[in-house]
Amino acid sequence: MTQIYQGEIQLHRFLDEQGTPVAELPDWARQPEILQNYYRNMVLARQLDTKIIALQRTGQMGTYPSMLGAEAIDAVSGGLMKPEDVLVPYYRNHSLQIIRGAEILDVLNYWGGDERGNASSGYGEDFPNAVPIATQSLHATGVATAFKIRGEKRVAVSFCGDGATSKGDFLEALNLAGAWQLPVVFFVNNNQWAISIPRRIQCGAETLAQKGLGAGIRCEQIDGNDVIAIHEAMEGALKHARDGKGATLIEAISYRLSDHTTADDATRYRHNDELKAAWQKEPVKRLQNYLVANGWWDEVQEQAWLSEVQQIIQAQVDRYLEMDTQPVESIFDYLYADLPKALQEQRTSAVIKGMTGGPHHES
Amino acid sequence: MNHETHNVTMVEAVNLALMSEMHRDESVIVLGEDIGTNGGVFRATVGLRESFGLKRVLDTPLAENMIAGLSIGMATQGLKPVAEIQFMGFIFPTMEQLICHAARMRNRTRGRLSCPMVIRAPFGGGIHAPEHHSESTEALLAHIPGIRVVIPSSPARAYGLLLAAIRNPDPVVFLEPKRIYRLSAQPVKDDGQALPLDTCFTLREGKDITLVSWGAMIKETLEAADTLKQQDIECEVIDVACMNPLDHDTILASVAKTGRCVVIHEAPKSCAVGAEISATIAERALLSLKAPVQRVTGYDTVMPYYKLEQQYMPNTADILAAVQTTLEFT
Repeated sequence: MTQIYQGEIQLHRFLDEQGTPVAELPDWARQPEILQNYYRNMVLARQLDTKIIALQRTGQMGTYPSMLGAEAIDAVSGGLMKPEDVLVPYYRNHSLQIIRGAEILDVLNYWGGDERGNASSGYGEDFPNAVPIATQSLHATGVATAFKIRGEKRVAVSFCGDGATSKGDFLEALNLAGAWQLPVVFFVNNNQWAISIPRRIQCGAETLAQKGLGAGIRCEQIDGNDVIAIHEAMEGALKHARDGKGATLIEAISYRLSDHTTADDATRYRHNDELKAAWQKEPVKRLQNYLVANGWWDEVQEQAWLSEVQQIIQAQVDRYLEMDTQPVESIFDYLYADLPKALQEQRTSAVIKGMTGGPHHES
Repeated sequence: MNHETHNVTMVEAVNLALMSEMHRDESVIVLGEDIGTNGGVFRATVGLRESFGLKRVLDTPLAENMIAGLSIGMATQGLKPVAEIQFMGFIFPTMEQLICHAARMRNRTRGRLSCPMVIRAPFGGGIHAPEHHSESTEALLAHIPGIRVVIPSSPARAYGLLLAAIRNPDPVVFLEPKRIYRLSAQPVKDDGQALPLDTCFTLREGKDITLVSWGAMIKETLEAADTLKQQDIECEVIDVACMNPLDHDTILASVAKTGRCVVIHEAPKSCAVGAEISATIAERALLSLKAPVQRVTGYDTVMPYYKLEQQYMPNTADILAAVQTTLEFT
């Protein structure tokens, strides 16, 4: 018998749960600038998250999926992706979308039930949120195929959660990316919970990263609460793709510190002890500890930034609360490039109904 | 392109249109299972790889859902993917991608991103194919807002409508009635002229009764019209061609003239495109009608294996009987 294949998965971590280095740090992490930038974006993400949930609880926002615990992933990805790369997000990348150029108002509009939240030019060519699980993984392969056909040194970066790795779309995307050596990064935020289903019954494999082995692509596991580990993995994956060497699957171990969405109640299925333990590993405090220990952040900076962030967020929330509602005909006007004749009567009927509040039967 | 006229069958006309548009527009990318080296199981894509190379003619791994999702990603980047699903029976894995993404990308981004893509699939019964190779489920697709569903019924319309589908800025499902893929050849001028979408084609004018059909059943519908002509009954024959959006105006104008209508399709009767047409005639043209609209369709059953498929499929005699019922109604 001949062994023809052997695979292994490495776990990468640089900072322990208290923010103390446990491995030799890369040079960039010995300087404050990049890490301070990550930290500022993570604090903004957490403050915004709190604000949006408050809006939801007071009836001013739709159902919203919190990003609590995912701040490091978005901050680092946003810092490393180039503007010309394309983000293909799942529905928990609000902070990353903002770092890449969307306004906070866009995020508020999207979750506030307004399609204009996907429309702003700040998104560039990035995809809108994908609510159907893992479907976006395939879009990333299509975007990457376009880059490859045109010979562009750009990368498609797709995000999903641990639950999504059970879906055919995800596995089909990995398979294609391997077969065609596509410039794409698949980033799995393994936050341990797919609504009420814990990671251990989502999949029988030791890691989710090893799903990349079956597709013949690069794959690794990292501590998703450690900005340095995320940075090293993402930078490597982007370079690998940009150099024409193909795809990478990154599994980041994090924890969903929130409910699945504002419509969920995680106390029905999750022990409080587990949540408490997870808070000891969370990414914002961990990075703060590292920055403070190096003298790169202090209480004065913290308070100044918190105050600035509050003002930034409040200004956007004020705009959001003052938004006019779209005219009803907008539901027709973007369905096709040009409104088909067959829909013109329905459109007219909707406009009349919108004006009169009367019935909308056709002539 | 030399504007030559070719005597081609429908499947050859599909190939001619693909070849023609790939020459004209380098953003057109053809992809699917077995479409490259093999030229497609029906040979619709034969010669494309030799003419346009590996970057524009992509043999994909075997996963239909993947083909749809991949095409969406490419389309948002300004390419025009023309994907083949080998048989309509295998189109169902693409439905989530079509409904949740392709059909609504323009709408949900308010025009920031769009999906100018075509999914081609051979469909329909009558060729003694294995299980899952003979269904007609165009109504499932026609029910999706944001998707066009186009069905040609002749080589010339296959050529002109496929060009129109590829040039359309929104997603189009292009269903090719494989029973008539090689039925007969007709001269088709390779002039790059697209036919209009969202419109019916009136194949024959007549004053006595309107026969509405599409795809392969146009063959039997025209045969019935020929037979009736010998009895001095003049049929107006309408090829619907675009299932969604549906051109009600042409059908209603014809019914206003004839007062009688028979709708013919291979698909099951209930909740089909024929039901939509009948309901619209009832809503809009009731006072023109001299008789109830008749439907000649497949049964509301699973498509049988091929030994019974001729029993399942409507035939010329069925159409003649329905016409007779309509004409004799008092």
